[in-house]
Amino acid sequence: MTGRALVRHQFRFDQKIFWRNPAAVFFTALLPLIFLFMLATLFKDNEISGLDVKGATYYVPAIITLAVISATTVKLATNLPAEREAGQLKRVRGTPLPPATFVAGRVGNSLVISVIMVALISVVGALVYGVTIPTHTMPAMLVTLAVGAFSFSCLGFALAAVIPTAEAAPAVTNATVLPLYFLSGVFIPQNEIPDGVLNFADAFPIRHFFEAMFTAWDPNTTGSGFELGHLAVVVAWGLLGLAIAIRLFRWEPRR
Amino acid sequence: MISVRGLRKSYGDFEAVRGIDLEVDAGEIFAFLGPNGAGKTTTVEILEGYRERSGGEVSVLGIDPQAADRGWRQRVGFVLQESRLVPELTPRETVEQFAGYYASPRDVDETVRLVGLGEKADVRTAKLSGGQQRRLDVALALIGDPELLFLDEPTTGFDPSARRQAWEVIGGLRRLGKTVFLTTHYMEEAQALADRVAIISAGRIVATGSPEELGGEQESRTEISFRMPAGVGAADLPDAVRVGARIDAGGVSVGVDDPVPLLRELTTWATQRGVGLPGLQVRRPSLEDVYLELTEGARADGAGEDRK
Repeated sequence: MTGRALVRHQFRFDQKIFWRNPAAVFFTALLPLIFLFMLATLFKDNEISGLDVKGATYYVPAIITLAVISATTVKLATNLPAEREAGQLKRVRGTPLPPATFVAGRVGNSLVISVIMVALISVVGALVYGVTIPTHTMPAMLVTLAVGAFSFSCLGFALAAVIPTAEAAPAVTNATVLPLYFLSGVFIPQNEIPDGVLNFADAFPIRHFFEAMFTAWDPNTTGSGFELGHLAVVVAWGLLGLAIAIRLFRWEPRR
Repeated sequence: MISVRGLRKSYGDFEAVRGIDLEVDAGEIFAFLGPNGAGKTTTVEILEGYRERSGGEVSVLGIDPQAADRGWRQRVGFVLQESRLVPELTPRETVEQFAGYYASPRDVDETVRLVGLGEKADVRTAKLSGGQQRRLDVALALIGDPELLFLDEPTTGFDPSARRQAWEVIGGLRRLGKTVFLTTHYMEEAQALADRVAIISAGRIVATGSPEELGGEQESRTEISFRMPAGVGAADLPDAVRVGARIDAGGVSVGVDDPVPLLRELTTWATQRGVGLPGLQVRRPSLEDVYLELTEGARADGAGEDRK
């Protein structure tokens, strides 16, 4: 097989394995939709002060942020340590499959799940809550999605590299992302969050990804909606994750 | 195929492998036998390229496995000691996935049948028994059509019938002309499968040879044993038996070079006294006895646990 065919081959099996695992489908695909229904229903008509949008319009990009991070960072950082501990990564490492192809298959898998989730959330947002799907800011939305999915995949590999055991993986991962969702305005509208907290959240990539995604969905956005500053921070975090992953990622179980 | 000279491996102060030499030829099934902690897995992982050595020369398929590349991995197959399967896939799909990694893989369906999983080809691997999962491991090692296969304790924890089925599959590799490097701590396994055996104990090779040769080295010693007849004490035994015999609550056992004269003396004595010789056994040492004797000293030294 050529390099590209081998990536496709690997991606095809990663997809098959994902959709056949009920727990993975629930946490990655259904849970964000459940959050969307809950939050958008509760707050759909609340005006988010300072942003001049309705609650439903706020929560669509917020839940997209959650869904993309679930499909990338959370999924990779919980699955890879389990596969390492089970000796599955070690077995793959003993075959001629190039490590880069393995990684490409996984990132492709996370990217495709992210795209599917964004499509689902957009359609539900539009049909159920009357949220306007972006038109002139659509390129900005797609670029933000691509940049975010790649960067948060890199961070997933970085977390997988530093998490020692399968048992620790879900705890460490959730302890990392859950507080940041709250602090970054993904669950609680940002006008309810003190400035100091938002400034703290600004040190991390979730808040910047959300802000870039929000601008793309904000009906008040006048230009093309590209938030280059926010995207730069997300990319910087992604590159940091990539460097950590390259240095520290292990294929064999630690004993 | 495999050539090892003076291989050493230390973990800190602990010397897991203390200078071993090995030679494995094309087409043979070579068993690397030893108790847990003897250095088997360390050695095989060095040969597989997973681990760096501390000293010595290693060549596998003409290449130092520390410098192994994709081309080398096309030519070897591994059954690792512990490596779970993906539960969401079926055996056919799992083999198909791995077939894609190799330049000229074997036929997927034929390989699934070869390991005896033809009827389970479309069942999720989570539903397979331990023995069936292990045979799927062998199929994955085989799918790239390698020249050389490493099987690291392929039947540990199996019930006897699963073990026998696994042996049939491994024995079948010989007909395919594969070279097999098998590690095991089961003597019967080495005896059933291997052309040649090396016994490792506390990081050193203590014996090599065919299973017959290894058993044969101590063939001269035959052991005669029986339980003490009722009403008879140790002092009553004929001198030829009593001298050099081990006498304890379990009975009497004596090792001799030639059992025939001693047996005549013993049976004559018993007939004259009118007593039986309950549980009388005359046996030559099995490979198992040789193995236990060779590895016993190391165990008494308190050799460390298997470093993995």
